[in-house]
Amino acid sequence: MSAPLATEERSVVLEVRDLSVSYGKVEALHGLSLRVHRGEIVTVIGPNGAGKTTLLSALIGLLPLRGDLVYLGERQSAGRSVEQLVRQGMTLVPEKRELFAEMSVSDNLLLGAFDRYRAGHRDQLETIDHVFDIFPRLMERREQMAGTLSGGERQMLAMGRALMAKPRLLLLDEPSLGLAPLVIREIFRTIAHLRSIGVAMLLVEQNARAALQVADYAYVLETGNISLEGPSGSLASDPRVIESYLGLGGRH
Amino acid sequence: MDLQIALLLGQDGVTNGAIYALLALALVLVFAVTRVIFIPQGEFVAFGALTLASLQAGRLPGTVWLLLAMGTAIALIEGATAVRARRFRRLPLILLLNCGAPLLLAASLLAVSPAGLPLPVQVLLTLMLVVPLAPMLYRLAYQPIAEASVLALLIVSVAVHVTLTGLGLVFFGAEGSRTPAFTDASFALGDAVLQGQTVLVIVASILLIVALYFFFERTLYGKALRATAMNRTGARLMGISGDLAGLLSFTLAGAIGAFSGVLISPITTIYYDSGFLIGLKGFVGAIIGGLASYPLAAAGAVLVGFLEAYSSFWASAFKEVIVFTLIIPVLLWRSLKTRHVEEA
Ligand SMILES: Nc1ncnc2c1ncn2[C@@H]1O[C@H](COP(=O)(O)OP(=O)(O)OP(=O)(O)O)[C@@H](O)[C@H]1O
Ligand SMILES: [Mg+2]
Repeated sequence: MSAPLATEERSVVLEVRDLSVSYGKVEALHGLSLRVHRGEIVTVIGPNGAGKTTLLSALIGLLPLRGDLVYLGERQSAGRSVEQLVRQGMTLVPEKRELFAEMSVSDNLLLGAFDRYRAGHRDQLETIDHVFDIFPRLMERREQMAGTLSGGERQMLAMGRALMAKPRLLLLDEPSLGLAPLVIREIFRTIAHLRSIGVAMLLVEQNARAALQVADYAYVLETGNISLEGPSGSLASDPRVIESYLGLGGRH
Repeated sequence: MDLQIALLLGQDGVTNGAIYALLALALVLVFAVTRVIFIPQGEFVAFGALTLASLQAGRLPGTVWLLLAMGTAIALIEGATAVRARRFRRLPLILLLNCGAPLLLAASLLAVSPAGLPLPVQVLLTLMLVVPLAPMLYRLAYQPIAEASVLALLIVSVAVHVTLTGLGLVFFGAEGSRTPAFTDASFALGDAVLQGQTVLVIVASILLIVALYFFFERTLYGKALRATAMNRTGARLMGISGDLAGLLSFTLAGAIGAFSGVLISPITTIYYDSGFLIGLKGFVGAIIGGLASYPLAAAGAVLVGFLEAYSSFWASAFKEVIVFTLIIPVLLWRSLKTRHVEEA
């Protein structure tokens, strides 16, 4: 292989080939392939039930998958566990957020750094200050129970908790779900900031417009298959995408 | 009943209640984190008391053999897994931890005569012999079926309980043992006499509860256990594996059980099968707390202690009946008060 390809290979954070996932006998994802480079935002858009959440759950190891998964240049075996992937810097902000409802905001955040702490990195108090810089609202609410936060605050907490792990690859499942436009802008600003510090992201979104704006590369997932892919700029002007995902909203 | 007897019974009630409270806390912890109803909790009490008694009598406690056997079994399983994954560098640590440490402990017990050692050292040896059995049990019996239903886990618990009781008979014989009092001190409290032993049990229990509180509220590992109890998936996504949480909660439960056994060994004669009833009374306390609330479980357990003490005076033949009948109104009240939630 030629040298330029080698450098490209090195910067690939995640490469998935021919990935299939089934729930029992029903296959939800049918042999799809995708790639995320270092410091790149890749978005996956698609209608409800397309399999976006399934994709992220399978990548982090919550669901068994078939196919090849290469993360940070290492082929992942079938027996890979969530804990191993977390140790290697993969973090998921799940669609259901999965916060610790009866614990305070700051305890939730601290637990985000649990694996780093266990591995011997005792810098969680500095990291938490950094997260408070990004989400000042969490700082104000740090003693409040996570279960009593507003919807938007909960999203911020889920995101902040993921950042506590200092991820190398952040999987985001609909971070803008049910948020006011102002907060959405804040979330996407954070996403752009994370890219600037070298975090690779796989972003699943219903809000296709915002996702295509912030992402570098995009995939369209429909009923378990990738129907379209390309640099997000060109996808945003693709008539099929405009019709199905951007719609008349484009005239705002 | 005059005041003096009432105070005496009250002392009994508080002492037993404190022990039941510790056990109730352990049961709630293990259930919340792993969904295991830890029936063998009581066996750890009996093993703790009887191991200490064996050491003091100058015998080699049978728990050594159990420790060696379970350690070897785990080393074989973990070793095979490591070899299959071609991670040979892990082998020495696996061997050292599961076989080396128990062997070293057994060798040192044979080398020195434990009967002559000071009491704190004997207690420490007892804990070193009994506590590791709990995480080993988790590794061998529960971890392979950690995702099974509560009922399946309960059936395993019953099997483990029966096995441990049988082993207890083999290790310690059918005779009961009672260790000499830790202290002969006593304090006059008006007309009544407060036994030093009672004070010791209460103070030790309170200290242990405070230590547990500190662990759960202040340390990241304690918070990780609470997080697992609250949201298993969320905890896994933070890198807190179910295995780690299970091992940790079982270790705590084993420590609480063995320590309780050491505490009551001078108060009650313990037989190889005494653990079950003691554990069951802790369980009544835990049920009062709905297997979820630590303060309610502890309060319930203390209530059980008092009920037991006073009913032993009024109607000693019905002592156990009264204690276990208490669970019925509590369950009724709980079932009326709480909405039924489907098991997830
Ligand atoms: N646990 C499950 N068991 C069986 N089928 C499931 C399960 N979870 C999801 N599915 C099915 O798999 C398909 C993909 O679901 P998934 O949650 O991945 O969709 P999605 O793209 O995230 O949708 P949305 O945009 O609504 O979040 C759907 O048809 C869904 O019904
Ligand atoms: Mg989804």
